[in-house]
Amino acid sequence: MNPLIRHAPLLPILVPLLAGTLLLLVPDARRALRVSLATTSTLIQMITAVGLLWLTSDAVPDIWSEGIGVYAIGNWPAPLGIVLVVDRLSALMLTLSATLSVAALVYSFARWDRVGVHYHALFQFLLMGLNGAFLTGDLFNLFVFFEVLLAASYGLLLHGSGAARVKSGLHYITVNLVASFAFLIGVATLYAVAGTLNMADLAARWPTLSASDRQLFEVGAAILGIAFLVKAGSWPLNFWLPTAYSSAGAPVAAMFSIMTKVGVYAILRVGSILGPADAPSPFGGPWLFYIAIATMLFGIAGMLASPHLGRLLAFSVILSTGTLLAAVGSGIVHMTAPALYYLLTSVLAAGAFFLVVGMTERVRTRVSELADEAPLPPVTYMAFRAGEPHPPDDEQEDGEVGIAIPAAMAVLGLCFICCVLLITGLPPLSGFIAKFALLTTALGPTAGGGGPSLDAWVLTALLLFSGLAGVTALTRVGIRLFWSRVARTTPRLRIMEVAPAMFLILLCTAMTVGAAPVMSFLQSTERMLGDPQLYIRSVLSSNGAVQSP
Amino acid sequence: MEIVYALAVGILAGSGIWLLLRPRTFQVIMGLALLSYAVNLFIFSTGRLVLDKAPIIGNDGATLPSLYADPVPQALVLTAIVISFATTALFLVVLLALRGLSGTDHVDGQEQDG
Repeated sequence: MNPLIRHAPLLPILVPLLAGTLLLLVPDARRALRVSLATTSTLIQMITAVGLLWLTSDAVPDIWSEGIGVYAIGNWPAPLGIVLVVDRLSALMLTLSATLSVAALVYSFARWDRVGVHYHALFQFLLMGLNGAFLTGDLFNLFVFFEVLLAASYGLLLHGSGAARVKSGLHYITVNLVASFAFLIGVATLYAVAGTLNMADLAARWPTLSASDRQLFEVGAAILGIAFLVKAGSWPLNFWLPTAYSSAGAPVAAMFSIMTKVGVYAILRVGSILGPADAPSPFGGPWLFYIAIATMLFGIAGMLASPHLGRLLAFSVILSTGTLLAAVGSGIVHMTAPALYYLLTSVLAAGAFFLVVGMTERVRTRVSELADEAPLPPVTYMAFRAGEPHPPDDEQEDGEVGIAIPAAMAVLGLCFICCVLLITGLPPLSGFIAKFALLTTALGPTAGGGGPSLDAWVLTALLLFSGLAGVTALTRVGIRLFWSRVARTTPRLRIMEVAPAMFLILLCTAMTVGAAPVMSFLQSTERMLGDPQLYIRSVLSSNGAVQSP
Repeated sequence: MEIVYALAVGILAGSGIWLLLRPRTFQVIMGLALLSYAVNLFIFSTGRLVLDKAPIIGNDGATLPSLYADPVPQALVLTAIVISFATTALFLVVLLALRGLSGTDHVDGQEQDG
């Protein structure tokens, strides 16, 4: 095997960084070059992510023993230098974000990348932040990558401009800046107590702390947890989320659907490493479950109350976050694998749904909407002093980027139904399998031999109820959208726009058919997460994993 | 020294949070700036407050750690300053954009009635 393959964990960070920087230099007029650069970079990331997924699975044990790849940046050994760690969870998240980004990118070629400046560069930086956050094995480095992805997301949220976006952007930026300060305080406290920022080293050291130090350590972990929960969008720290998500452009909103899951990933990762050792874990615990239940209730109430599809969808993202956190925080054994399956499904489905919503926006009766979206001074152009690109013109575009497809309403309706099935967890698509797996595990035999706990019953009831509420809310919106007798313009759909949404839905279908292999991989991921010693050993024993030639 | 330092951090953070909860965007950005100072000072203090000690180990052969200041918090502070400076600048742009679009400096883009 080529020894260069050991450098692969660096690619998901390096490629978007280079591509994003190059994209800044390419002038707006050379659109073909920009498009091909962005596509190439995203495809390379996708191939790398799939490759890493393959390397961490049991298929090739000779490269990374035990499925954990450790890359020491600059070849500094672990607790001193910063390491990148690829295990099954991070490889899975990398693949998920790469898949979603391919779909969102292709969708944006049709219209969205021309309504503002530097769309592609920001998109690549967002991917760099996401990939880095999934890969890093260092707490402060995690903060830096969070900032990279947030900074890019600020720009993307404002992309396209307009009063609604700027207003929600202001709230979004403020809340996330404060969350970043909480993150910094948490990290600094942990460093003050434990004297290290490397996650594996931290995990090795914290059980040996003295009682007074331990109290401070738990305070630090709690503050860090608050920061993660803000990013994950859990109640009561998520009032910014529905407005921000529903005002963002369609492909941006699709990418945002994975951003809340970065918070969930961080909780899962840090929670598993600081997991059960000799002393009770400072992370997770019953409070996480109660917060998650409140988040689910908030999401359900919001879904039922929203008349607008985009807003409804934003609440469904909150609901899925709540479900994930409830599954992780419930303390039921073997809950992680079904939760991860649910994560995959819900991210892909929400991404597809945001793309579909972007297309249905044009269906809506044009009475009140246009008053809302009247042309406003495009602030981003003023801010960047960039030349204003040509406004998207439907007639001109059709010839440019692809053919309009016939039976537009039928196609849209079909996509809509598939997305509803996925989001609400009805058969036959993978949303059903995810919920079924969650319920089976929750109500299955417990370790002690007794029946399901009260928490399991609460989770079950809420899962079922959320499905019912989702169906109710989405049916109501769907009827108004597709069946109501009002004058509407039949939208002109382009293959460039429909194909990405269908691609995501097809992936969910594939996950339904191939549920067994996916699930067994997720179960091995869960075993890995349940054994933090494996992670600690792999990272701390990798003294310069890459030998110089 | 610890008491004075802790008081300074506390006052900065307190004023920052108070300003952050005010309704004007300018107050919010001032609050964010004060809060970031507080956080940066806090990070700096996690390396323990010491006087007259270099953070870099010299060539004189003395490698007793207690003779030196902890260099890691200083590096962290540097990174945190850069990041918070950049995001504050971005916030300023959004603030001005909202002012231009809505004609008011209220954080919600409209004046509250009454």
